[in-house]
Amino acid sequence: MKKTPEQIQQDLLRPMFHSSARYWVAVALASCLVLAGACTFLYQVYTGIGIWGLDSPVFWAFDITNFVFWIGISHAGTLISAILRLANATWRRPVTRCAEAITVFAVSIGAIIPVCHIGRPWLAYYLIPYPSERHIWPNFRSPLAWDFFAIITYLTGSTTFLLLPMIPDWAAVRDTSTGLRKRIYGILCLGWRGTPRQWHRLETAMHVMAIVIVPVAVSVHTIVSWDFAMTPVPMWRSTIFGPYFVVGAIFSGIAALILAMALLRKFLHLEEYLQPIHFQNLGKLLLTMSALWFYFTFAERLTTWYANEPSEMAVFWTTIRQNFAPLFWTMVVCNFIIPVPILAIRKLRTITGTCIASATIVVGMWIERFLIIVPALEHKYLPYTYGHYRPTWAEITLMASSFGFMVLLYLLFAKFVPVISVWELKAGLHGAPATPHASTVISVPVGSGIEDNPLPGDV
Amino acid sequence: MAHKWAMVVDLDRCTGCEACVVACHAENNIPTAGDDQAARGRANHWIRVESYWEGEYPDARLRFQPVMCQQCDDAPCEPVCPVFATYHTAEGLNAQVYNRCVGTRFCANACPYTVRFFNFYNPVWDKPLNLQLNPDVSVRSVGIMEKCTFCVQRIRAAEVQAEGEKRDLKDGEFNPACVQSCSPKALVFGDLNDPNSEVSRLANSNRSTKLLGELGTLPNVTYLPRGV
Repeated sequence: MKKTPEQIQQDLLRPMFHSSARYWVAVALASCLVLAGACTFLYQVYTGIGIWGLDSPVFWAFDITNFVFWIGISHAGTLISAILRLANATWRRPVTRCAEAITVFAVSIGAIIPVCHIGRPWLAYYLIPYPSERHIWPNFRSPLAWDFFAIITYLTGSTTFLLLPMIPDWAAVRDTSTGLRKRIYGILCLGWRGTPRQWHRLETAMHVMAIVIVPVAVSVHTIVSWDFAMTPVPMWRSTIFGPYFVVGAIFSGIAALILAMALLRKFLHLEEYLQPIHFQNLGKLLLTMSALWFYFTFAERLTTWYANEPSEMAVFWTTIRQNFAPLFWTMVVCNFIIPVPILAIRKLRTITGTCIASATIVVGMWIERFLIIVPALEHKYLPYTYGHYRPTWAEITLMASSFGFMVLLYLLFAKFVPVISVWELKAGLHGAPATPHASTVISVPVGSGIEDNPLPGDV
Repeated sequence: MAHKWAMVVDLDRCTGCEACVVACHAENNIPTAGDDQAARGRANHWIRVESYWEGEYPDARLRFQPVMCQQCDDAPCEPVCPVFATYHTAEGLNAQVYNRCVGTRFCANACPYTVRFFNFYNPVWDKPLNLQLNPDVSVRSVGIMEKCTFCVQRIRAAEVQAEGEKRDLKDGEFNPACVQSCSPKALVFGDLNDPNSEVSRLANSNRSTKLLGELGTLPNVTYLPRGV
């Protein structure tokens, strides 16, 4: 079955012009979660983070778990989409924008969490290198200062990467709408006329960004891992953490992407665009990452056990056998034992199958971050100082709120931007005319190379 | 000559009376956490007396080990602070700048001795404890880290006094509150750069050892382990 460019445009812009009651209910629910989180945060600013379950020596727990989790999720997008673009994988076309949006939103949430978690959030600007009369700069030796720069860079880069390919689509919205909407999208599309020169510049810019964003994404999660690896805490001071975290991030990122795509497909009726083959291909990537994740976890655990260093073994046994064993083995089941058969067996690698695997992986990867942080802090060297951590309502609310915030941002995104790149799909139409429709200014110049790639459903 | 402040803990002498803990609380305006918060592991003691049982009944023995900030020369807490709220002074002290601290708690996680404390709430003193606050020491507000300073207010006062009288500081002229209150004299404080000070003599004795010395933090607190 083949669609004309006009049908594609109509289908993909429809969610922007028509919203069901179900959509607004979802927006309201997500907003409630965000509001609950905002109130908790204000209360916490008023009283102090004593309302959390933290104690001495567990000074980080849910807060930093959520931070690492969301920064990890953010690796869904930009990295995957950049690699797929660079590899010229044609099946990527309907996937890239959903993925890039996850990145931008997840990094934003990841960037907010550290501000909420510090003891005096109103002084968070001390981390910014600004000219001050006291001549004090941030401490560039601190991994937290590196974090600040890494995240700001990643946020800027991934936002640019997301916005660039939106320009032609916004122009299409401008041309199909009237009134205020036409004016707003007219500003957003930066005067896009679809001339060959503009197409050429867009393609060049996207290519440059795709190359630049890959090392940035890798460095961001490496630096996040160094928040732990740079300290003399048992099971934290590890050289494996950089690549281990990057792998874990891409792993949880792809899982989140599959879930988001499945939801969009169902609620926005994009069945013809997000097809089983997309889920199958992402499922294969997910399978690879699951194997890699298992390899890293195994290598980390084996070397620790073999070295048999007492302070590390205290942490090791608490996760494998003692207090945290239920969580640890749940993580192994969620990240490896359930997903691998589902993703490895072709018959099970369906949309439902990949969604089940992704859901367990998202849960498993959250637990993984928790298990990296809390057991190690509970068992620092001196047994007299061993502690115990239990989360409170405040931390659980803030965590739920971060998920609500993600959903809310995504829902609003689907309202204001076509979630699938219209022009890229059109460009992917096999044998599509070089200049699509007279009523739109979207055109694909002959010879730019982007018109030759067929949409997977068409082949 | 610059000073290098250091402490020696003689574990043979410590009786576990915890007078040092009480003296430290009084000197440094450390609030009492209360039953509930203490049970949750939020009691802030800049110095604590750790107790470890050794052996099985009836040959069990209780061993005490006072632990305070080790004022490490290569402190893991210092480089990780993103805002320079903790830094190393010229006299070898590991200083905490309260009004610079934003409360990332990274230093507390990095400290292998767990001797850095966080203010989870604004401090409160039950009456009449609120009337005995030490005017020489800042009261720390919510959201910041605090730790043992080797009673830097006493160090400064003694230095200013000696400078005014145009003389050198004498060994044992002043002591931090914990050392002053230690009746069995398990704690000794002084200047390591003075080869004749008692702290130098003990720190260089053949009993001298460092707590978690294998981590390479170069502590300025020396422990003299029990002989029996």
